[in-house]
Amino acid sequence: MEKTTTYHKHFFALSILLIVVFFGNISLGSVSIPLKEVAKALFFLDTEKASWTFIIQDYRLPKALTAIMVGAGLSISGLLMQTLFRNPLAGPFVLGVSSGASLGVALLIMGASGIGGAFGLLLLSKWSLVIAAGLGSLLVMLAVLAVTVRVKDTMAILIIGLMFGSVTAAVVGVLAYFSPAEQLQQYIFWSFGSLGNNSWEGMVVLAVCFFVGLLLSVVTIKPLNALLLGENYAKSQGLNIGKSRLFILIATCILAGAITAFAGPIAFIGLAVPHITRQFFTTANHKILIPAVLLSGAILMLICDSIAQVPFTDYTLPINAITSLVGAPVVIWLLVRKRKLLF
Amino acid sequence: MSNPENYTLQTEKLSIGYFHKTGNHVVAKDLSFSLNKGALVGLVGSNGIGKSTLLRTLCKVQEPLYGKVIINEKPLDTYSFESLAETLSVVLTEVPASKNMTVGELVALGRQPYTNWLGTLTESDKTHIIQALQATEMLPYKDRKCYELSDGQLQRALIARALAQDTPIIILDEPTTHLDIYHRASILKLLKTLSKNKTILFSTHEIDLAIQLCDQMIVMTPEKTYFGDPCELIEAGCFSALFPKNLIDFDGETGSFRIVK
Repeated sequence: MEKTTTYHKHFFALSILLIVVFFGNISLGSVSIPLKEVAKALFFLDTEKASWTFIIQDYRLPKALTAIMVGAGLSISGLLMQTLFRNPLAGPFVLGVSSGASLGVALLIMGASGIGGAFGLLLLSKWSLVIAAGLGSLLVMLAVLAVTVRVKDTMAILIIGLMFGSVTAAVVGVLAYFSPAEQLQQYIFWSFGSLGNNSWEGMVVLAVCFFVGLLLSVVTIKPLNALLLGENYAKSQGLNIGKSRLFILIATCILAGAITAFAGPIAFIGLAVPHITRQFFTTANHKILIPAVLLSGAILMLICDSIAQVPFTDYTLPINAITSLVGAPVVIWLLVRKRKLLF
Repeated sequence: MSNPENYTLQTEKLSIGYFHKTGNHVVAKDLSFSLNKGALVGLVGSNGIGKSTLLRTLCKVQEPLYGKVIINEKPLDTYSFESLAETLSVVLTEVPASKNMTVGELVALGRQPYTNWLGTLTESDKTHIIQALQATEMLPYKDRKCYELSDGQLQRALIARALAQDTPIIILDEPTTHLDIYHRASILKLLKTLSKNKTILFSTHEIDLAIQLCDQMIVMTPEKTYFGDPCELIEAGCFSALFPKNLIDFDGETGSFRIVK
């Protein structure tokens, strides 16, 4: 009945691909390092130049690991949202998570100019951006979750999430209007998204959030499958809708919130990856889809990051632009080929 | 006959409707009926009379205004949603939210009340699924996606899901809508076959087909709700009370409605 067995090949292929893309991502960059030396650095052996070890271990490795968590996390939360809201266009940011983060960062960057002086500079350290983004998305999430307790209709929750997003986006717009060019630029740079600014300490925090979100997603596999029937059928099978919905929303918020805090608002991955994955895994069973989406999201994000690096040059393109450039044509291609998006 | 063990689903002086701060909105009142074990029961009434409200009340989706629903000798309000899921399954008018499932996956979801936290199917679950697919003649379509099915096949798949849930009672809300007369008859025949060891209650507008097949019927009219076996109800003239008589009239001889000329 369950076609778990037939997907072993798919999972094997994806795992191999992930490993290849992971090493490819690490060996590519502005400084060209021979593959042998890359491998040495990864296994903590001495390389020809000390600088290479540093580049690999303290820049490229955390960046690649961040890319994996960002891609996998956003894709899983996209899958969760598409099933919960019965909408193929839903993504991790429909609940206003990214606009909440934007508001936090905008308040910090553009508000810091008002405080001024050394204190203002202190506020703009890297961690403060992460904290501001995290607090911003946390605030919007709490507002959405508070509404969820009162509102029983799932579609109403979707619309309320979109409204929260519009309101925060408007506040950001007002702040931007009154900000000096320098701060505006800094804010815009943040909104481009970045995987490379993560330190090992940041990695630990991100990884904890990632695994908590992942665990919650795995716990919600059975409710997610029941929700494929619709809420009334799910209830008739004994599912506690309120509790399941809360779990799914919390999982999404933790994943999308933490990722946005560390990497900025990364567009399209969460929407596109579940649809791409469904092309190869023709099942609706979340027990198969969640690991499949996790692997595909990680692979796609690593590829996008490699492109954004523009190998062997000093240029780094904004990751957010690359994900949209890759993601949007894929979704268009799917729509043209299939004429409809299913979830 | 009066032995309560013979009944699976009973109501006592049930009033259905909606709670309002300014006086409750009563849709129907004084509903008392006892559905036999292994009976196929048709629920008929004109549009808006409260068939769906009654079915929702019986499935614990909404609270009764007054009176009791008793399932297997236990009041409905003592059931948790989990235990009710092992007693009563439903086929609703709505289609599944995701049509990207295969028929096999759809029917397998019916086993959820019995599976572990991850929804893993045991051998016994798989047997139930195969049996449900066989009973509804959907086994050949096991690997079809729901969006590839015709309306009649989808209805059968949804009935198979309810069968897989393995409950003594199945409630269906208008299972024959959108189907042509052949498929309407085939769905009702299927329900008749399935009712050998289950109580099946369905609402329908196919009054003449229901009269031919049902063991018991519930007839909701604006004044009163009647319950009994179809022949008794025809003799008592209950079906004539279903609709205003200016346009159509019930002919007791043929068991069908005629347009008033």
